[in-house]
Amino acid sequence: MHELSIAANIVESVSEAASKYPGARVKEVRLRLGVLASVIEDSLQFCWGLATEDTPLAGATLAIAMLPVIVHCEACGADSEIAGVQSFRCSKCGEPAADLRQGRELDIESIELEEPETVAAAPVEEQR
Amino acid sequence: MTTRIVELRRGILKKNDELAAGLRNRFTAAGVLVLNLVSSPGTGKTALLERTLRELSTRGVHAAALVGDLETDNDARRLAASGAPVRQINTHGICHLDAEMIGKHLDGWEGVSLAALDYLFIENVGNLVCPSSYDLGERTRVALLSVTEGEDKPLKYPGLFNSADAALITKIDLAVPCGFDRGLALRNLNEIRPGIRIFETSAKTSAGMEEWIAYLVEQAKSS
Repeated sequence: MHELSIAANIVESVSEAASKYPGARVKEVRLRLGVLASVIEDSLQFCWGLATEDTPLAGATLAIAMLPVIVHCEACGADSEIAGVQSFRCSKCGEPAADLRQGRELDIESIELEEPETVAAAPVEEQR
Repeated sequence: MTTRIVELRRGILKKNDELAAGLRNRFTAAGVLVLNLVSSPGTGKTALLERTLRELSTRGVHAAALVGDLETDNDARRLAASGAPVRQINTHGICHLDAEMIGKHLDGWEGVSLAALDYLFIENVGNLVCPSSYDLGERTRVALLSVTEGEDKPLKYPGLFNSADAALITKIDLAVPCGFDRGLALRNLNEIRPGIRIFETSAKTSAGMEEWIAYLVEQAKSS
């Protein structure tokens, strides 16, 4: 149960990145999590609410993309996605495959910011 | 209002990863082989270390241990009886060790100089989930599985067993009374981490300890 510290790490990292855009509000934080990253999605969503409370990130949504395991096969040279995480074998030839090419990611991909317009619109014209 | 997407592409545990990389450089420069021992609570990490530290000491090899637990210094006191330098890390509720904790406990560790050590063992907090995400700067990660826990532990916790370089099946003196299916356990470990080095040990009878110590010596030579 380390999702709260993971959430706190995200808040710290995103706050630092967002501070370069004064006046902007963080709308969404997009993550890429490998299925072997030992992070439970529901638990992280729950902790996200707690970790962002009373911070400039309050109300920002957390969009999580779960990435399957991809192994590289020494025997046939193929990179293939494995079904589930119960058997680490090449999906093409069935040989055991220990070389992981994807599945441990614990990354912040991007953030979506909402910024005030830099050039003021012409409200009178617009509302006519 | 306008929206803007800012690409970050950075690791969530970037700070830990950077600290761990710094530790790894320090360990390499000092010529000390660092092993991170991970398992569920009660698998026998401390019993294995008690025997390992004693075995290494009789061979004139210098080893030390950092040992993680939520509370108490019971394990450090047990291990200190071997004569090796041991320091307890209490995490006070945190379910894993991280690189920052290791760095802090290396600093000001009285009488211990990394350069004078051949081995540093880090006994992680007993937990089969969270420690797998935290790099401690170790060279070798060792996962332990005791015969009393069941043969399917690797299938239940693939994230941790897949991240290990070696696995130890502990308490093999209890294999028969527990009805432990050795073949099944070996198969499961190999399904989750193909080609993993496996040792079968008993800290009580010292079965398998010779092979384990030989592995440590071999690892140190290849570093």
